[in-house]
Amino acid sequence: MKAWINPKIQEKIVFASLFLSTLIIVTPVILVVAIIIARGSSVLSVEFLTSMPRMGMKAGGIFPAIVGTFYLVIWTLIFALPIGIFSAIYLSEYSKRNLLTRIIELAIVNLAGVPSVVYGLFGLGLFVGFLKFGASILSGSLTLAVMVLPVIITASREALQSVPNSFREVSYSLGATRWQTIRHAVLPHALPGILTGTILSISRAAGETAPILFTVAAFYLPRLPKSIFDQAMALPYHLYVLSTQVPNVRLELQYGTALVLVGLIIIANLVAVVIRSYFRARKQW
Amino acid sequence: MVSQIEKVQVQNLSVAYGGGSALRNVNFSIYQNEILGIIGPANSGKTTFLRTLNRLNDLDPRYQHKGEVLIDGKDIYRKWNVFQLRKKVGMVFALPSPLPISIFDNLAYGPRRHGVWSKSRLNEIVERSLKSAFLWDEVRDRLDQSAMKLSGGQQQRLCIARTLALEPEVILFDEPCSGLDPISTAKIEEAMQVLKKRYTLILVTNNTKQAARVSDRVAFFLMGELVEIDQAEKIFTVPKDKRTEGYVSGRYG
Repeated sequence: MKAWINPKIQEKIVFASLFLSTLIIVTPVILVVAIIIARGSSVLSVEFLTSMPRMGMKAGGIFPAIVGTFYLVIWTLIFALPIGIFSAIYLSEYSKRNLLTRIIELAIVNLAGVPSVVYGLFGLGLFVGFLKFGASILSGSLTLAVMVLPVIITASREALQSVPNSFREVSYSLGATRWQTIRHAVLPHALPGILTGTILSISRAAGETAPILFTVAAFYLPRLPKSIFDQAMALPYHLYVLSTQVPNVRLELQYGTALVLVGLIIIANLVAVVIRSYFRARKQW
Repeated sequence: MVSQIEKVQVQNLSVAYGGGSALRNVNFSIYQNEILGIIGPANSGKTTFLRTLNRLNDLDPRYQHKGEVLIDGKDIYRKWNVFQLRKKVGMVFALPSPLPISIFDNLAYGPRRHGVWSKSRLNEIVERSLKSAFLWDEVRDRLDQSAMKLSGGQQQRLCIARTLALEPEVILFDEPCSGLDPISTAKIEEAMQVLKKRYTLILVTNNTKQAARVSDRVAFFLMGELVEIDQAEKIFTVPKDKRTEGYVSGRYG
């Protein structure tokens, strides 16, 4: 005989377990943010954000790390965006379903799954060593660009493919060429999705430590980088240094740095959410 | 009376998608300034035939054809530039398919792709096309509004106007009224009667009554074959083929 549970009780058990699981996911997120804010907000000030570190990084601000992360993100986008969007257009609009396409797709999926420290070693070998760019913003942002490419390609490709096929047919039926069709009937309507993917890749590039570890990040630089061939400090690596490499750093300084990093990433993600919901509200198809 | 100038000549046309045959050995001509109705049950090859005329089938990599289609005596696959062909052979799709941009930009889409950028020239084209599609009076004050805000019937007339903006010579209608109410349908049929004075119209429809109302001649397709083509009144009163008779009297399809 089957065990029979009163359906009302069953309903309650199911609801309770589903709800609890969800709660368990949210708790660490809230806790992380709460702890960082509680311990880090006391050091947060204009001076902290805009001045150089002092006394062997035990005092002063984190300005060069913020600037470094900013440079890295900008250069990463400059390198990754065109290549990422162009290949997404190729894969979505031009490529035929054949072996080559499948190999490319497989490569992109695998690229997304490579551990970030492996990207760091790859960047060290190729950009720092073989191409002789040295430890520099150039090497670091190229490494980060390789890392975020799959994010940009996948998001852009999904955005392109979500544009209804009827738009393309209408465009062709009016005598437009393939590129005109992509440029005028497809891309404008895929732009919000592409933008979202781009912003997510920004937060990824800003937050990673391992890829920049060997390729650009400076332990301590008493000046700002002057060109892309300079080394730079960066927020995630600075946080790592403060937490493990420098003895007797005040905890508030570490949490303050973490707060700035997490804050920047949350702002970037929020911008993505706002853009997405703005366009979703306007979307008419 | 319809002219006897052969605008479109179809010679031994067979079409297949991958393994499946869609049209078999079709032969006939379409005259200038006539409305040719094409009727037939699902999978009879009507839409395939229509999409062959403007080479939209080329987009399907499995598409293969044999035989020839001549427009103005020129082979569409060998002598026509495909983009010029599609400019000359316009198409209105089954579902209203405005692009989610303004009414004006929808109308200007075709001309712009063919190099017309002058604002005054575009204004002229937009106004003329909307008037020809009997939509001008309803939208003249809101050309910069999104085309998606129009009703289904208005959207379909917008699509007709968008096709007219390229000054085509042949217009293909792929079940243009399948999603529309009777009043919107009547407006589109009315527009077609006026348009045929200047254009050659080919109307694929699942609605045999519509074919009877609108067409000068009617072609009946069945399972990829052209069964019969004749004056509309003959097809609906004294069809030569038993299968045509069965279809128009509602015994199948």
